[in-house]
Amino acid sequence: MDSHIQVPELQEQFETPAQQKDASTLGMWIFLVTEVMFFGGLFLAYAIYRRAFAGAFGLASNTLNVWIGAVNTGVLLCSSFTMVLAVRAAQIGGRRALVVFLILTILLGGVFLGVKAYEWNEKFEEHHVPGPTFHLEGTTEQGPAQLFFSLYFTMTGLHALHMVIGEGLMLFLLWHAYKGKYTPSYYTPVDVGGLYWHFVDIIWIFLFPLLYLIARHQH
Amino acid sequence: MITEAVQERETYLNASYGIKSWLLTKDHKRIALLYLHTITFFFFLGGIFATLIRLELLTPKGSLVSADTYSKLFTLHGVIMIFFFLIPSIPATLGNFFLPMMIGAKDLAFPRINLLSWYLLVIGGCFAMYAMLAGGVDTGWTFYVPYSTNYSNTYVIATGLGIFIAGFSSILTGLNFIVTVHRMRAPGMTWFRLPLFVWSNYATALIQVLGTPVIAITLVLLIGERTLHIGIFDPARGGDPVLFQHLFWFYSHPAVYIMVLPALGIISELVSVFSKKPVFGYKVVAFSSVAIAVLGFLVWGHHMFVSGQSVYAGLVFSFLSYFVAIPSAIKVFNWTATLHKGSISYATPMLYAFGFIGLFTVGGLTGLFVACLGVDVHVHDTYFVVAHFHYIMVGGTIMAYLGGLHYWWPKMSGRMYPEGWAKLSALIIYLGFNLTFFPQFILGYLGMPRRYWTYPDEFQVLHVMSTAGASVLAVGYLMPLVYFMWSLRYGPIAGPNPWGATGLEWRTSSPPPAHNFEETPIVTTDAYDYAALAAMEEAKVG
Repeated sequence: MDSHIQVPELQEQFETPAQQKDASTLGMWIFLVTEVMFFGGLFLAYAIYRRAFAGAFGLASNTLNVWIGAVNTGVLLCSSFTMVLAVRAAQIGGRRALVVFLILTILLGGVFLGVKAYEWNEKFEEHHVPGPTFHLEGTTEQGPAQLFFSLYFTMTGLHALHMVIGEGLMLFLLWHAYKGKYTPSYYTPVDVGGLYWHFVDIIWIFLFPLLYLIARHQH
Repeated sequence: MITEAVQERETYLNASYGIKSWLLTKDHKRIALLYLHTITFFFFLGGIFATLIRLELLTPKGSLVSADTYSKLFTLHGVIMIFFFLIPSIPATLGNFFLPMMIGAKDLAFPRINLLSWYLLVIGGCFAMYAMLAGGVDTGWTFYVPYSTNYSNTYVIATGLGIFIAGFSSILTGLNFIVTVHRMRAPGMTWFRLPLFVWSNYATALIQVLGTPVIAITLVLLIGERTLHIGIFDPARGGDPVLFQHLFWFYSHPAVYIMVLPALGIISELVSVFSKKPVFGYKVVAFSSVAIAVLGFLVWGHHMFVSGQSVYAGLVFSFLSYFVAIPSAIKVFNWTATLHKGSISYATPMLYAFGFIGLFTVGGLTGLFVACLGVDVHVHDTYFVVAHFHYIMVGGTIMAYLGGLHYWWPKMSGRMYPEGWAKLSALIIYLGFNLTFFPQFILGYLGMPRRYWTYPDEFQVLHVMSTAGASVLAVGYLMPLVYFMWSLRYGPIAGPNPWGATGLEWRTSSPPPAHNFEETPIVTTDAYDYAALAAMEEAKVG
């Protein structure tokens, strides 16, 4: 009973706070495994079509702005860093630091999404959106080139959707952190929220080379 | 519904009252009952479509419905039965109710996620029913492209979204079960003391977690192809329609094991309890569930022998498919060995278990026929395949589900069902099932293709037999619906352990209290240790 008094967040199905934290962490890891399988289907499709249409994929890839992609990668890596610092702050009970680092994470995530939106808009202007008006200079393989951009939009779109969900998660954490809910003895939501954020980050680490860098040597 | 004897004690049923106490409950037992009502509804809804299919096939010429309507009937039958009945059936009802109790836990690890997963199933079901009412869908439950993306004029997207949403329900149930088995076991409940029903649900959960996300992304791509023509499956842009089949079956073959593995777990429980013997070769039976889960991911290509996939891929998939027979046969042999010199009682759940073992064996052996590359080319897309998978899904899963429902009904409701009626319905279901589906093996072998609303005159006798059997089967399925409801009011009081079973769920009162156990049980014996149970009972009396 004592543990219930010390930790009001202990839910009734658990015996100890440690058991609850273990369960939540394992739950998030399993959820991330399902995400790997979800994105896995797309990576499979990408691998098959890139092998079949290496030329068109290289040409289409080289039209992407590598500097924008690189900067965005940097932004996302920084956000993972601030996320780690947020978890650390929660762990040692630094409430103000936790709030600050969560805000920074949210801002960096917002910058990433803004840059992404700018990039997508560029694609519309350049007629690189699959559809009747699609046209890619310098190739007769318009179909496979469209496939590349279909994969580009599906992959970066689903990644961005995960970012938006992550931003929501961070706002939730920020609100509770601001109200002082997280203490060194209970900060599991920050911990598992961080796991999710890093995962979304890692997905991008795979997307960036696959979409932006595959044919740079042909320049 | 509640008599004086039950009223005195607080149970999960009378711990709180009102519609909100059910719709917002976090109690896994109440959520299991929510699921029970939902899937019973979907079972009979899918059954209506089956009835219409069988009525149409009574005569060689299409006399009841048009070809288009017939396509919608078999599609909706498949979609409803697979995604909204069979997939959630045993795990979400019996698993939800008993998995935490069998390991001595107060609840699943994530009760709110458990409730969420029920809502997701209901919301997904609403999408599917919207599609059904708005005009139906006619692609078959397999949604093969390019028909589903470019040609079908029916409600593919609404149905696809429904399955997408219901998929998350399945994923979350699996996630919850895995974490619960890892982190919530009572003191002394080691992995090799887990009841085999827990092992089989654990193996099922692995498939749910690893497979279901793949059907989710496949449906996203399908909807993208249909609405935005993204080209992934469109040869005009270099896309490959066969990729759809690969992605689809990468989930949908393992999904067969999502549907049947929990059933195998129930049979292990039943065979042990009703012969009063520990399951022969416990560890091997436990690992065979995991083996089926793993092998299930390596054989999807056997659905695609005639799709134009590489011949070498076909050879490998055919070869690997045979391996599934090994863990499946291990189970059947070990159940038989368990029966040997057992003190066998022929209670209703055991009748279902016997029915299951026979029908599952027929379904499994015909599975070897269709796993064989050469034979499959002959019987592909015929009624042989239809009969084969109905022997597994209906003869297997539904028999086990009903067996489990009868077995655990006293624990869930606190009352016994009427034994005589239950035995009669088990018999009717067994006979009706065989009369429905055995002629379909012959039909298929003779060349009757599936998914046709009309057929040559010489097939009529076999089709009439099948339809007659379906009518018998329908009576058999309606009977439990009636007598289970009857038993809630008039059934004899069951007591905590009417079967003399060893599981922890039988060590608490029937129906159980809200937190399952008065105090957390401490486990000191293996599962199915009947000698220890007898000693414990004796100590209590003494």
